[in-house]
Amino acid sequence: MQYLLVNYEQTAAVILFCIGFSTMLLHKNLLKKIIGMDIMDAGIFLFLACQGFIKGRVAPIVENGVQDVEAYINPVPAGLVLTGIVVSVSVTALMLALTVRLYYRYHTLNLDEMIALAGKEEV
Amino acid sequence: MHFVQNFPFFCILLTLICAVVTSVLKGRPARWLTMSLITVVTAMTVCVLGYTLATGDSYVYMMGHFPAPWGNEIRIGVIEALMMTVFCFVTLFSFIGGMVPSIREIEKTKYNIYCILVDLVFLALQALVYTNDIFTAYVFIEINTLAAAGLVMMRQKGRNLVAGVRYMIMNLVGSSLFLLGISILYTITGHLLMANIHEGVAALAESGEYQIPLTIVVALVTVGLSLKSALYPFEKWLPGAYSNATPTVAAMLSSLVSKGYIFLLIKFYVRVIGFDIICSLGVLDVLFVFGVLGMIMGSVSAVRAKTTRLMIAYSSVAQIGYIFTALGLRSEIGIVCALWHSAAHAATKSMLFVSCAEMDDACGGTHLRKHLRGAFYHSPLLALAFSLGALNLTGVPLLSVFMTKITLTQAAIEVGGRHMGIVLGAVAISTLLNAVYFLGTAMTLFIPTKEGDEVLPPTVRKNPFTTVGLVGLMALNLAMGLFSQPFLSALAEGLTRFA
Repeated sequence: MQYLLVNYEQTAAVILFCIGFSTMLLHKNLLKKIIGMDIMDAGIFLFLACQGFIKGRVAPIVENGVQDVEAYINPVPAGLVLTGIVVSVSVTALMLALTVRLYYRYHTLNLDEMIALAGKEEV
Repeated sequence: MHFVQNFPFFCILLTLICAVVTSVLKGRPARWLTMSLITVVTAMTVCVLGYTLATGDSYVYMMGHFPAPWGNEIRIGVIEALMMTVFCFVTLFSFIGGMVPSIREIEKTKYNIYCILVDLVFLALQALVYTNDIFTAYVFIEINTLAAAGLVMMRQKGRNLVAGVRYMIMNLVGSSLFLLGISILYTITGHLLMANIHEGVAALAESGEYQIPLTIVVALVTVGLSLKSALYPFEKWLPGAYSNATPTVAAMLSSLVSKGYIFLLIKFYVRVIGFDIICSLGVLDVLFVFGVLGMIMGSVSAVRAKTTRLMIAYSSVAQIGYIFTALGLRSEIGIVCALWHSAAHAATKSMLFVSCAEMDDACGGTHLRKHLRGAFYHSPLLALAFSLGALNLTGVPLLSVFMTKITLTQAAIEVGGRHMGIVLGAVAISTLLNAVYFLGTAMTLFIPTKEGDEVLPPTVRKNPFTTVGLVGLMALNLAMGLFSQPFLSALAEGLTRFA
């Protein structure tokens, strides 16, 4: 319990991931699945971002001639988060576009109903 | 540095440039550009294979001006070159063989998009095989997922759209698990390059620190990549995606996309974590159980399938079960068997999908027994290609999958104990079921139509592309079967330098 409280950012990130994961897997509504997917990604980004943060240090941009490594944080996790966000936005955009197409076709957002309706169509 | 060492980087760059250029081309030029690209990349990969076989060693290629541990890099050895050569030939012949059905089934205005997506899947596959950076692998996993989902939906029918959504959802769950796994790995080792992570993990294993996070990392990456490669029971998205797609797409999905993930998983086990540590964590036992279940349940579903495409799709679940069972045996010969079967299955499944799609079209339907009867008499090449694939997957001697079964059995006997009995039993049951559905269907093709049945005209559609594609795939399958021993020896030799 003590570890969870000390590392509260990581704990929050894992809780967010679990909420997103269960939403994505258990809900039948496509929009809720997409929201779940974004929450899940947000959890991972929070996890990575808090790894790159050290209290008292600043972003690695040299200011006032200070070149001591101890003055700055590690920029790599922030770079990974940015890359991850780009991927996540692309995936969300594609999923939303697909949801719109499917809604126009089947007039429902329920994935099970879509599967049933598609199964009745000609091969 | 030898000039050939640049080729893998050139191949990746060339594929990326072609994908961009294809976006401004129309259907026909886009098609020819993609075909030329795959041909050039195949030729360059063969040169790389020749070079790695001659030197017998692997090399690291620095991408940019920053050396390890800051920069990005790719690594090429015998295993990477050998697997990539098979994947390149499969892509080339699948693209050529499935060209006519794809022209028929995809809207003219969207054909260049299809070519872009083929380029991107090909690009992601090369990157997954060559990369030595774990985060680069994640980025290309996502590119692969998006491009493959787009390919599934190219036919624009309701079934394809729904199959595409299901494919996306399951694959995105897998990608997220993989990302979480590598994020934790980064926090406990501080590196993204595979060699540096390996050093960090070895130090942790020696000191006994972070054992629980390490186990969680391995579990997350394993589940993530197993989901994406359709290991039983995560295969629900597979039949819809494979059976409704165009032949080239189905061939690429079953032969290349899933194999890219499996290759990455093997790389993660051997190069990133270290196979000794993986064996001590117990994750492979879980893979072994699901692999064996997949071998049998996939075959049972294939027996019950009503259409040929669905039967071939379910058969992929069984074949992926073979690969994971081999991995789960916790031995080097098991890894060699998994790599070999990834290549053998890629070559065979693409041939089956390409021949089956054209045969369905020639026979006027997709129902197994009803439409396929006597197909050999009007479409002999298609029937021969399908039969060769069917015989191969059943495990007939002199063909590639027979060597899988032999190697798997050898590995099981080497391990001994309960594993041996389970593997021998599963191989026997799976082979029997394979014979029931594959040989049964293949025999139907050679049974003449009854009197009074509608007789189809001889060779419904003759096109040079399908002929070239199928002859190429048949030659590849026969070559892999006849030269299986040198191939397996090269894999075993390459594995010693793979870590």
